[in-house]
Amino acid sequence: MLIYGLGLLAFSYIAGQLFGDFLGELIGVQANVGGVGFAMLLLVLLHNYFQKKQWVKANFDEGIGFWSNMYVPVIVAMSASQNALLAFNKGVLPIVAGTLIVIIGFLLVPIISKIKTTP
Amino acid sequence: MNIISFFEKNGMITSFLIIALIMLVAEQISTRLLRKKIPGSAIAILLGLILAYYGGLLTGGEKGIADLAFFSGFKLVGGSMFRDFCIVSTALGVSFPVMLQAGKAGIISLVLGLVVSFVVGICVGLAFGYHDAESLATIGAGTLTFIVGPVTGSALGASSDVIALSVATGVVKAIVVTIFTPLIAAKIKLDNPHSAMVFGGIMGTTSGVAAGLAATDQKLVPYGALTATFYTGLGCLLCPSVFYLALKALM
Repeated sequence: MLIYGLGLLAFSYIAGQLFGDFLGELIGVQANVGGVGFAMLLLVLLHNYFQKKQWVKANFDEGIGFWSNMYVPVIVAMSASQNALLAFNKGVLPIVAGTLIVIIGFLLVPIISKIKTTP
Repeated sequence: MNIISFFEKNGMITSFLIIALIMLVAEQISTRLLRKKIPGSAIAILLGLILAYYGGLLTGGEKGIADLAFFSGFKLVGGSMFRDFCIVSTALGVSFPVMLQAGKAGIISLVLGLVVSFVVGICVGLAFGYHDAESLATIGAGTLTFIVGPVTGSALGASSDVIALSVATGVVKAIVVTIFTPLIAAKIKLDNPHSAMVFGGIMGTTSGVAAGLAATDQKLVPYGALTATFYTGLGCLLCPSVFYLALKALM
């Protein structure tokens, strides 16, 4: 059943985000700490467990797959609701700082990528 | 019958239709005009940003095109709930061993990304004539993401124009990452889960990383998002505390 897959995804999302909010509260910041990351881990682990128990039947995965295919369209909607005007009307400082850090980041990626944990 | 309020009432469905049209136009531009040199999803995201700029010009609001009643569904579909839900769903294709292998590099990139962004922001702030630790820390925090900036600024009591500046810096960062990631991905070998995790940790801005990777290769999104998702939270923890105190001690 498709709705069971969707239900598992929703459960992982809610549990992960709740834990992220809780962790933020615990260390005293007004933000969610790693909620999406915890949700992803939970989904991977639970899905593995469900497969072992042979609960993943028929179109179970389509309930999850639909949303990962909706990813780009949702990102398009997100870009369209950014405060793009503020970004370019606040003078030169944001443009200099925002561009400079991305250039430095692009330079760092290949250097740090060389670090590998030996299995 | 008021036609605008009809579309507003059915906002979410209306935005599905408009996004489908945007994707269609972007796909056509990509295949017919650019011979697939730039992926259709990158063009679609760019069109989204142009719409956001236009919406800001028309309404003066903060939510881009979503401030127009006809496009109000974009607030929901493009909001953090749907974005995070979709990111979580991509985890189904994640390989656990690969993730563990990239763990060390991921953590190093996360720490380095936080420190380097903060320092770069402070240097630019100094160059533009800011000298008090509160303003500099706020601008430095804005260079992390557009959420860390205002959180730090209000915690330290920075002035509202400095806070607005820090938000703008974070938004510029997200936009620059979005536009340039697919163009530069091959040059910086951003084509595997390992480097995607490093990329997420260094850039940190979830919206920029997610959009940039989606336009590059959708398979990389979960890996980049995994590290980026810790960035904002850690930034909110470190900027108004450790980073601010270190800056104050140096001045």
